Amino acid sequence: MSDALAPSDEAGIVEAIRAAHDAGEPLAVAGRGSKAGLLRPVQAARGLSAANLTGITLYSPSELIISARAGTTLAELEAAVAAKGQHIIAEPPDFTGLFDRVQPQTIGGMVAANLSGPRRVAWGAMRDHVMGIRAVNGAGEVIRSGGRVLKNVTGLDLCKLFAGSYGTLGVLTEVTLKVLPAAAQRATLVLRGLDPTRAVAALAAALGSPYAVSGAAYLPAALAGFVPGVGAGPVALARLEDFAPSVAYRSERLRADLAPFGAAMVLNDIASRTAWAAIRDCAPFAGMQGAIWRVSVRPSRGPGVAAALERGFGAAWFLDWGGGLVWAAGPATAEAHAVVVAAAGDAGGTFTLFRAPETLRAVVDVVPPEPAPLARISRRVKDAFDPRGILNPGRIVR
Amino acid sequence: MLPQPAANADILARRDDIVAGLRALLPDDAVIAEPLRLKPYETDGLAAYRQVPLAVVLPSTTEEVAAIMAFCHAEGVRVVPRGAGTSLSGGALPMADSVVVGLMRMNRILDIDYADRCAVVQAGVTNIGITQAVAEQGFFYAPDPSSQLACMIGGNVNMNSGGAHCLRYGVTANNLLGLKVVTVEGEILDIGGAHLDAAGYDWLGLLTGSEGQLAVVTEVTVRILRGPEGARAMLAAFRSNEVAGACVDSIIASGIIPVALEFMDRPAIHACEAFAKAGYPLDAEAMLIIEVEGSVAEQDFLLDQIKAICARHDPISLKVSQSAEESAAIWKGRKGAFGAVGRISPDYMCMDGTIPTSQLPHVLRRIGEMSASYGLQVANIFHAGDGNLHPLIMFDANDPASFAKAEKFGAEILTLCVEVGGCLTGEHGVGVEKRDLMHVQFSEVELDQQRRVKSAFDPGWLLNANKVFPLKGLAAE
Ligand SMILES: Cc1cc2nc3c(=O)[nH]c(=O)nc-3n(C[C@H](O)[C@H](O)[C@H](O)COP(=O)(O)OP(=O)(O)OC[C@H]3O[C@@H](n4cnc5c(N)ncnc54)[C@H](O)[C@@H]3O)c2cc1C
Repeated sequence: MSDALAPSDEAGIVEAIRAAHDAGEPLAVAGRGSKAGLLRPVQAARGLSAANLTGITLYSPSELIISARAGTTLAELEAAVAAKGQHIIAEPPDFTGLFDRVQPQTIGGMVAANLSGPRRVAWGAMRDHVMGIRAVNGAGEVIRSGGRVLKNVTGLDLCKLFAGSYGTLGVLTEVTLKVLPAAAQRATLVLRGLDPTRAVAALAAALGSPYAVSGAAYLPAALAGFVPGVGAGPVALARLEDFAPSVAYRSERLRADLAPFGAAMVLNDIASRTAWAAIRDCAPFAGMQGAIWRVSVRPSRGPGVAAALERGFGAAWFLDWGGGLVWAAGPATAEAHAVVVAAAGDAGGTFTLFRAPETLRAVVDVVPPEPAPLARISRRVKDAFDPRGILNPGRIVR
Repeated sequence: MLPQPAANADILARRDDIVAGLRALLPDDAVIAEPLRLKPYETDGLAAYRQVPLAVVLPSTTEEVAAIMAFCHAEGVRVVPRGAGTSLSGGALPMADSVVVGLMRMNRILDIDYADRCAVVQAGVTNIGITQAVAEQGFFYAPDPSSQLACMIGGNVNMNSGGAHCLRYGVTANNLLGLKVVTVEGEILDIGGAHLDAAGYDWLGLLTGSEGQLAVVTEVTVRILRGPEGARAMLAAFRSNEVAGACVDSIIASGIIPVALEFMDRPAIHACEAFAKAGYPLDAEAMLIIEVEGSVAEQDFLLDQIKAICARHDPISLKVSQSAEESAAIWKGRKGAFGAVGRISPDYMCMDGTIPTSQLPHVLRRIGEMSASYGLQVANIFHAGDGNLHPLIMFDANDPASFAKAEKFGAEILTLCVEVGGCLTGEHGVGVEKRDLMHVQFSEVELDQQRRVKSAFDPGWLLNANKVFPLKGLAAE
């Protein structure tokens, strides 16, 4: 895709899409391309990038709102909100380490992929905090949805539909996010030596406590080294983020509540940051070859899915979201993928083939296929935005 | 009064056949067609609009809903889904040629799973019913609309309802995991489940807040949360709306997000105090209810900081609740605000715009000017943390001129909300009420985009067709 268009403003995006629409020529839509390796490869003569639409257009800390053009890097946005003591709520991950990309992520791409970090379990996904979008649909029309206020039910919520649509419905040109004050402090309770089922029960107790646990993960022995200073053996982690006196108080109370699962050690603020950044970015798999999957199930089913994948193809795995998110790595083969599909289905959940060579992701369902009546609606919705099917054809479904 | 689309004469003529067809699908007592028994369904929380439907059906299962939808689809009959009928925007207003599908018999809680922190409930379970079912384990369902004793989760999903605590816990959309829905063709679909973030398009997000335009919801999987150790409210009274607004900004800028942050102006304070006897400060121009959560020590820690911030804004009084009873009384006044205004005026109309919070003083000043020029009183209640403003316009429904003025006043307020960067509706939905104001917020291109999404779900526009979108193609009566 050397032939990528990268207009410097929304009008340029409109022009590029109109031309493609009129010619019926597919476009591969991206920000800076940091997520080109996700989902299915797109067959398109040309690329269209929003990378040059940059800049924060509005930041009102006391209104908890920030707007930026789609090509603004996540790093720029995070720095701006951090300067006011705030953060992006869903804790967006940085997966560049998984995809060998040097390109930084853009906020448009982050929203279009709806990717969220560990805090998702308590505070919602990326899509929960998208308050407004501007986008250009496949006919070259500019459409807005939502706005720059925190509560808005005016009309159909296209913000949520665009979050996770991977550029198949339109090209985002600007997004508005809700932000919140960042916690003054964090601490992490660590329970060592628990088997996965017992660990997920402990995490359920933590998440079901009144202490607003904002992260709950489990690393098996092989990966426990990503948590500083916990020694050998598997670890279950529960994070607290709050004002300093609350973190101190809640750590003690939660430690007492979790006593039936063992004596928890407590990681301080700095060690907590290190551990949760590794979990957020899927750092344990960064150096691994092969395929990576994400399976989302009800938390109590996480350990069963992990066991099935380990049996099926010797998967490396760890759990986030209280057990509900299974990260797995293994051989990039159709057989291994079939094991994942079956395990996710048995557990009533969903899967994403997150990273794989093109040869695999071009020939399998990278996300579960929709049942026929929904697939029909799905096609009509795609047509409603992209009548000639020119935006990222084949990115999500075959 | 907004015009309604003309009824389809052919459907009205086939009324008896359609009713007979519905009776063939459902138990006898689940089909209502007698004029007298249809009457209770003619309106909702926007009582100025009334229309008796063709028939009402009260299914008890998803399969019955599917049979009804397939039948209506085949017959080309319009359908209006209905929960408790508390919509304040006329979302559940029937059409003369429509069948109302009432979900109130689907009121069972199907599953509660504390370990996975979710519950599966039928669409007709009340909002409070969910919290009551999980309260014994210390859990709750977070969104808490003031109508929570009556309104149903299916209605909440379709309106994406909020509540006083959504600053901390989010609105309905942020507390859902899955839905079971029936399409207009009568097919049953499972959307999402007990897991987070289904891959593919976010149908759950699109269906939430879709005001009965896309599908009929029959079951809902909600997130349930463990309640906090405790909560305490305080009242802060100020000399002007400006100062109270500035205080809200200072609190949020300090990094504290109270679980609730509610604003009332002078008329609202007086109406609510007369009703709830909560000790509201009658000498104030504006008042904030601020609630924090946690252990007693944590509450003290936060309230001390909030008090210090308030003190910098020249308050008339600051009062921290000393007991659970006092906190309950404070909330009784706020949650009963609509009823309280109903006691001092024969009728009121509740507006629901959202504004950037920085615009509050300007917007309240303009509303005051409009109130004087229309000669209608208004009381303002405001979810101050998130900018959702509820002006309650007082009028007399027996006087058509008064009603017409109130509608115009309301439209002018909502237009102002959009002008200052906000929106027409923060939580009550567009419904019938704001249908023709959609042009104020959206371009025709944007409205057509939304219409095409509706058409993708409902090609024949049979679902709740007189709402949300300015009439176009549908001939007005
Ligand atoms: C006194 C009072 C206070 C209120 N306070 C609040 C508040 O604090 N916050 C707030 O957000 N709202 C509030 N409301 C508005 C109202 O209660 C909410 O909109 C509520 O969610 C409506 O629920 P319902 O069951 O009454 O739905 P209904 O009024 O019956 O229907 C609402 C809409 O949803 C559709 N619908 C209902 N059920 C289904 C279903 N199963 N499938 C598909 N479509 C369906 C209907 O067609 C209609 O468009 C208040 C209303 C009153 C009267």
